[in-house]
Amino acid sequence: MSKLRLATVWLDGCSGCHMSFLDIDERLLAVAQKADLVYSPLVDAKVFPEAVDITLVEGSVSSEEDLHKIKLVRQRTKILVSLGDCAVTANVPGMRNSFGVKAVTDRAYCENVSIGSGVPTEVVPKLLARVCPIHEVVPVDVFVPGCPPSADTIFYVLNELIEGRNPEVSTRTRFGA
Amino acid sequence: MSDVSEKTTKTILIDPVTRIEGHSKITLHLDEQGRVEDARFHVTQFRGFEKFCEGRPFYEMPSLMARICGICPVSHLIASAKACDQLLAVRIPPTAEKLRRIFGLAQVLQSHALSFFHLSSPDLVLGMDGDPSKQHLFGVAEKNPEIARHGIRLRQFGQQIIERLGGKRIHPAWIVPGGVSEPLTQVNRDAILAGIPETLKIVEHTLDWFKSVREKFREEITTFGNFPSLFMAITKPDGGLTFYDGGVTIVDAAGDVVASNLDAAHYPEYIGEKVESWSYLKSAYYKPKGYAEGIYRVGPLARMNIANHCGTQRADQELAEFHELQRTAVLSSFHFHFARLIEAMYCVERLEQLLTDPEILSKHVRSFARPNCVEGVGACEAPRGTLFHHYKINEHGLIQWVNLVIATGHNNLAMNRSILQVAKHFVVAERLTPGMLNRVEAVIRTYDPCLSCSTHAAGEMALQVQLIGPQGEVLDEVRRP
Repeated sequence: MSKLRLATVWLDGCSGCHMSFLDIDERLLAVAQKADLVYSPLVDAKVFPEAVDITLVEGSVSSEEDLHKIKLVRQRTKILVSLGDCAVTANVPGMRNSFGVKAVTDRAYCENVSIGSGVPTEVVPKLLARVCPIHEVVPVDVFVPGCPPSADTIFYVLNELIEGRNPEVSTRTRFGA
Repeated sequence: MSDVSEKTTKTILIDPVTRIEGHSKITLHLDEQGRVEDARFHVTQFRGFEKFCEGRPFYEMPSLMARICGICPVSHLIASAKACDQLLAVRIPPTAEKLRRIFGLAQVLQSHALSFFHLSSPDLVLGMDGDPSKQHLFGVAEKNPEIARHGIRLRQFGQQIIERLGGKRIHPAWIVPGGVSEPLTQVNRDAILAGIPETLKIVEHTLDWFKSVREKFREEITTFGNFPSLFMAITKPDGGLTFYDGGVTIVDAAGDVVASNLDAAHYPEYIGEKVESWSYLKSAYYKPKGYAEGIYRVGPLARMNIANHCGTQRADQELAEFHELQRTAVLSSFHFHFARLIEAMYCVERLEQLLTDPEILSKHVRSFARPNCVEGVGACEAPRGTLFHHYKINEHGLIQWVNLVIATGHNNLAMNRSILQVAKHFVVAERLTPGMLNRVEAVIRTYDPCLSCSTHAAGEMALQVQLIGPQGEVLDEVRRP
C-alpha cells in the first residue's frame, strides 16, 4: 500500500498548532510509518506539491501571500483541515480588523521606531484590509477548533482521516481550549 | 542615476526559508560577474499586537501576549506578567518567583530541543548537502534513530513540566499578574524530579555526539556568522547565567564588558530600532554605537559569552570548555548549537535545584492589588534572547500603549550579515546546488529565529534566479523544482 501524502501549512498564526502537532511526541514516528510529510515548515520542500491527501492548515488569511497560498493548497489537497482557532475564526490575528491596517502598521513602523520611519513595502507581501478565517476564502473539509487543539485531539483527527473515517471533534476540543 | 538605469541585477530567491520557527525568504543579489554582493533576510508577516491591545484590560495581557508565539509562549507570559507586576507595584511571593523560573526553564529546554533536534539536526546528521527530500527529523530517524528519539523525548520532558504546572502545554494561563494561579503539588513535583536522571543522560549524550561531529563542519564554523559584534544578555548581578531577572550586560567582540547592570526598564536609552523597507522585522542596534556599528547578538551564544558561570556543576564544566574555543568572545554563530546544548544542561540541573527547594510547595503564590502605576516594563531571557514588554495603562487599568522588543529583532542585523558571509563563501550562481542554499538557511537556523509573527510565502518555485532589466522586467529566469 502506498503511503498517504500529508502536509502542514502555517499561515497567520503563532505556530502553537504546529507545536501541538509535535506534542504527539513518539507518535510522530508512528504517523511517519503511515504517511509521508511532503510539505511542512519542518521539512525542506519549497513548493506545495500536487496530490496531497491531507493538509492541516494553521492560522488565518492575513496577507496577499496567505490568500494565494491557501488557494493553491486547496487545489492540490483532497482533505483540508482548518486547524485551530485562528484558522477557524481568525481569532487573535483578526483583532487588528477593528483598527484597520494603517493604524496597526503606523504604530509599529512609524511610531515605535528610532530610525527609518515608514511601513515596509519591498518584497514583503501586502496585508489584506481584513484578516479572515480560511473557510471564507476556500472550502474546508474538517474544522478543529482550539488554541491550540491538544496533541491528543490532533492525533485523533489525523488517525481517523488516515483510516478513512470522519473525525468527531465536538467532545474532544472547543474554542479557546 | 543613468548608470543605475543601465545596470541589470540578478537575484537568487530562497522562498520560503524552511526548518525555522517562522516565515521568511532570503534574496541574494549578484553582481555582473555573478558573485554575491548583498543578501537580505525578509520577514514577511506582521500582526499588530502593539496596536490591537489598546483599550483592553491589563490583566488580559499575559494570556493574550502568549499568543505571539506558540514556541515560546512562556517567555511572553513571564515578560508580560513582570510588566503587570510593576503596574500593580507588588512584590510577588518568593515561591511564585521560583515557580515562574521553573516554568521558564522548562520552556527553554523544550525550545532548545526543538531548535537543535527537530530543525537543525538534519544538517548535522545527514550533512549540509543531504537529499532535500530527506532533510528532516524523519530522515534523521532513519539514519540515527537514537538522536531523533532523544530530541522528541527532551522536548516532551520540557512540555510535560509546563503541562503539569500550567494545565496545558501551549498557551497555559497559569502565570498571572502578581504571581501564578496555582501552587505546585507534591505529586507533580515528584513526577518531574523522577524524569531528571534520564533527561540529564540525554543531554550528556547529545553533547558528546555533537562534539564528535563538530569537526566535520570546520568550513561552516569559519564562515557561519564569524565576525566581530557586540553581545547582549540579562545576567545576575555577579555575572552568572539567568533567564528570569537581572541587569542587562553588553560585551564586545574581545569579550570585554561595554556596559553592565543596565536597568531593563530603561531599554529605550540603549536599544534603538530601525525599519528596513524590505522586512516586517525591525533591526535593533546598540544606541551608543549607532545603527550598523551597534550590531549585537543575543541568545545562547551571547549568554555563554557573557556568563562567567552557570551555577550548576556540569553546565559550568561545559562553559569552561566553551570559553576555551576562543580567547576573545566566541564569534562564530555555528557555536550557537554548542551554547544551546550547554544551556539545556543548565536547565535540567537548575530545575532539580529549584524543585528540591524547601519552599517550592508553598501555597502562597500570588499577590493581589489594583493597578498602582501607569507604566511597567517586564524583561526576561527568552530561549532565543532578551525580551522586553512595555505597557502604559490609564487609571481604569486599560492598556493605552504597548511596545515589544522581541528577541529575534536583536539578531536581525547579525542574521543579515551572516547570510551574506555564508552566501559569499559557498554560493556559486552558475552552478547552484541545494546544499549551497541550504547553508544560507542553516546559518539562520543557528540563531533559532522565532518569526511566529510571520507567515510562509507562497513560493511556486524552490529556487528562482531572475535577470531583471532596468524597468524591472524579467529578462531571463532559471527555475528549479
